[in-house]
Amino acid sequence: MYKILLRQDLVPNIHLFKIEAPAVARKAQAGQFIIVRVDEKGERIPLTIADWNAKEGSVSVVFMEVGATTRQLASLGAGDMIADFVGPLGLPTHVEDFGTVAMVAGGVGVAVITPIARAMKQKGNRVISIMGARSKNLIFWEEELRSASDQLIVVTDDGSYMRKALVTEPLKELLLGPEKISRVVAIGPTMMMKFSALTSQPFGVKTIVSLNPIMVDGTGMCGCCRVSVGGQTKFACVDGPDFDGHQVDWDLLLNRQRVYLDEEKLSVEAWQKELAAARPA
Amino acid sequence: MPKLNLNREPMPRQEPKVRARNFDEVALGYSAEQAMAESSRCIQCPKRPCTGGCPVSVDIPEFIKALRENDMPGAVKALKRKNALPGICGRVCPQESQCEAVCTLQKQHAPVAIGRLERFVADWERSNPESSESPAIEPPSGKNVAVVGSGPSSLTASADLAKMGHKVTIFEALHVPGGVLVYGIPQFRLPKEIVQNEVNYVTSLGVDLKLDSVIGRIETVDELLGNGYNAVFLGTGAGLPMFLGCPGENLGGIYSANEFLTRTNLMKAYLFPKYVTPIKVGKKVAVIGGGNVAMDSARCALRLGAEEVSIIYRRSKTEMPARHEEVENAEEEGILFKFLTNPISFTGNEKGSVKAMECNEMELGEPDASGRRRPVPKKGSEFTMDVDTVVVALGTTPNPLIASTTEGLKTTSHGTLVADEVTGKTVKDRVWAGGDIVTGAATVISAMGAGKRAAASIDAFIRGK
Repeated sequence: MYKILLRQDLVPNIHLFKIEAPAVARKAQAGQFIIVRVDEKGERIPLTIADWNAKEGSVSVVFMEVGATTRQLASLGAGDMIADFVGPLGLPTHVEDFGTVAMVAGGVGVAVITPIARAMKQKGNRVISIMGARSKNLIFWEEELRSASDQLIVVTDDGSYMRKALVTEPLKELLLGPEKISRVVAIGPTMMMKFSALTSQPFGVKTIVSLNPIMVDGTGMCGCCRVSVGGQTKFACVDGPDFDGHQVDWDLLLNRQRVYLDEEKLSVEAWQKELAAARPA
Repeated sequence: MPKLNLNREPMPRQEPKVRARNFDEVALGYSAEQAMAESSRCIQCPKRPCTGGCPVSVDIPEFIKALRENDMPGAVKALKRKNALPGICGRVCPQESQCEAVCTLQKQHAPVAIGRLERFVADWERSNPESSESPAIEPPSGKNVAVVGSGPSSLTASADLAKMGHKVTIFEALHVPGGVLVYGIPQFRLPKEIVQNEVNYVTSLGVDLKLDSVIGRIETVDELLGNGYNAVFLGTGAGLPMFLGCPGENLGGIYSANEFLTRTNLMKAYLFPKYVTPIKVGKKVAVIGGGNVAMDSARCALRLGAEEVSIIYRRSKTEMPARHEEVENAEEEGILFKFLTNPISFTGNEKGSVKAMECNEMELGEPDASGRRRPVPKKGSEFTMDVDTVVVALGTTPNPLIASTTEGLKTTSHGTLVADEVTGKTVKDRVWAGGDIVTGAATVISAMGAGKRAAASIDAFIRGK
């Protein structure tokens, strides 16, 4: 069992949990993920590591409420226990001094990209970050990402905060601009990563994406997370989660992410029923 | 001399039509009367070929003798002297090619049903826990052994090492101990309560069990060796699934057998949505492969509600590696078999899920490296099968994580670890390995034999013998 040390509601449906997991904290690196199972009947889901503190023995994850498991997780708070917290899994993001890197983030990707931006900056890169959200009320970690970067561009889809744009627009401007961008790292919803990769492709700037297919064990055993990269089948859990975004078969990934949509509805309903039954009359 | 009794007691089983729709155990186990009748068939021959046929050298004549003298605690003691996992072995060992194959009564084609008797004794102990005696444990040696993985080889090595007085810690990557016994073999063939019970026996010997611990990530083998462990045993199995590598294989609805069985058994998807992990099984299911894992997958698919389940195998029935008993069980339950058939591609529907599988008919040519006749495609034999779920059960290879994160281990071209055939010693100092990680996917009992031999070798090493 693993204890939740802290819960922060970053925006209404995105939460940060700091979990007590000293052995994981000792080994965690930017870009790796952990597998969570909430309780004995729970499923195993991957969450990318947002922060860690080896001294304190803690690892932080940020997640959005989407299906039954993330909703169930969101019903917990500081002091509660979760059944399993396995990691650090996957390969860390490749960090070296590339020159200037553009970091593109959306949704929970903002939390995941922040330690990578920090590591990139520490290695000597000039880091320009772009963060996007649908609307002002979904913006979080603006200051965290700003302090991990040399420059931060914030956009919202509806223009309710800062510039009205999709993240791909400032990305394209950067790539067209005078400063040579040596690498792009894009982390967020699959569509955002796909279009970031499509934006940078004509410029030939290598673009790393962190893929988020469905996983079960997360250690290379089941092959549920298989993705096609450059025409080759890879397991995101052990060969990734980072891949060259220009080589990824995005439609395949999107299809495989949708396989259990019907079942997801059923399990959300079952979870809501359980909640209702647990509530005193 | 009394006349030989050549009537093997049959194993009572659930009716095929009934069991094909539930996950309860298929084989129901002997009654006390049946166990008595079967055990009295053993002639207690002095040569004891059965013990020699057992990879862990169980004292078979002794446990059978105690059983038929109605000395159940004595039978348990004799059985567990060599085998820490009798409830598991009594269910999943291929006795027909081991102890029973060399039984003196095999000459009359009626070997003693050793496996069924083993299961009876193990089950008796489980329902009479008060009568079980703790085994003798040597005084503490003060030495520590790390065991990586908690499948059959690791559990056996751990039990033996603990009895020898060493402090054993098992590191298991998953949230449940047992390895392939819990994620792979289905509930209806090996109930998970049996596995848990035998794991509990191993921990009762003083073995520590650390779950959720992926060695290679949370700690490396070299770190274990540097952090106070005198020796490391690697029993991480063969967990990496093989795929066909043909077009369309990543469509929705196409599973590796590992994924299909893990969702079903480990995550209990057959109890969805009470258990949150889903599984999708369509009306027409094709399982590719001819081994025990293919049989398990096909039989799970049927129990998950499929209307028609076909095993697709590229050779003929004679070459199928599955146990005869499992093939028979599958046939009785209504699984269809398409022999000499090989998939060449899959096509999907508008949602990206598989809807059809194109296959070749095959014919058998010259024997290949495995000694089996090599299947070759018949020209112009392509045909299409409608399918909505496919399970690829072509076998597994070891997960490369340990080898790639440990200095100085040697692997073969198949990804297996190089280790001494007898002792399991790897080329790396203080590191042993056994089970599927060395042999590639094989049987539970051969993995247990490797665990046992490695434990003896580790004991000799740390005692400086």
